[in-house]
Amino acid sequence: MAPSSDTDWQKHMGDDTVNEMACQELVEVITDYLEGTLPKSDRARFDAHLATCPGCREYLEQMRALIRLSGSLTAKSIEPATRDSLLRAFRRWRDSQTSV
Amino acid sequence: MAVKTGDRASEAELIDRLRCGDQATFTWLIDTYSPSLKRLALAFVSLEAVAEEVVQETWLAVLTGIGRFEGRSSLKTWLFKILTNRAKTRAVREKRTVSFSELEPEDGDGRALSPERFLPPDHPSFPGHWSTSPHPWSAVAEQAVLRRETMEVLRRGLENLPRSQRTVVMLRDVEGWPAHEVCAALELSEANQRVLLHRGRSRLRAILETYFAEDA
Repeated sequence: MAPSSDTDWQKHMGDDTVNEMACQELVEVITDYLEGTLPKSDRARFDAHLATCPGCREYLEQMRALIRLSGSLTAKSIEPATRDSLLRAFRRWRDSQTSV
Repeated sequence: MAVKTGDRASEAELIDRLRCGDQATFTWLIDTYSPSLKRLALAFVSLEAVAEEVVQETWLAVLTGIGRFEGRSSLKTWLFKILTNRAKTRAVREKRTVSFSELEPEDGDGRALSPERFLPPDHPSFPGHWSTSPHPWSAVAEQAVLRRETMEVLRRGLENLPRSQRTVVMLRDVEGWPAHEVCAALELSEANQRVLLHRGRSRLRAILETYFAEDA
């Protein structure tokens, strides 16, 4: 979202104009940000932008919500039949170990 | 994931118990690691049944190899190494060329969002800023009433990601692997791993956005 107040706008017209992170850039470096691999200077630009942009704050929260939701998905395991056959193989292996 | 000291025995203890033929330990190991092993196998082979066989072969190799296992790497690293080698062999037999370049970032222009979502670069005041702010849904995404359907949308979205993105997102976000372990298992550079994670997550976010927009 574009900064709305006059003071925001004046701030953006200052020396930092070139350096300001746009929303379009933010959505592309967001994973680096979350991974902690964004260079320090870009991290500062990222944080500065977030402070003035509710749209990007929402976007970041959406990414975080997505990651939490993904974390609560369960991965498919092996079939029960495979598991049973592995346990049988284990017992055969164990018995062959002790008989040696 | 990693065997946590405290709530589980230390790794050396696990290995000892396994060598002694403790079935409970073996059961715990296969229940804990098989989902990740299967997911990783599916990065190499296309059929679920083949992935299942590769996981099975891996556990059998663990039994025959545990006596020689010296603990120079972690049990988990060893396990995934066996799996990867076997899965690659199967992939070759399947005549599926799985060079790891296939897991490199590949598709499309790779943008997280279409340029139309932003004001044009020559916009006098706010180039590159949102043309319309993202529809807010982060606060409702995890609400219990929506959860079941949301998870289903997410699961389908994940299954439809390109294989390389799906594998990375699954291992990182669903199974909680740290980045360096994903890089090692898939032989990816840190940078490429991040690109795949970014593209995968960005697509999934967009899918949830569409879902919540329909819902609204």
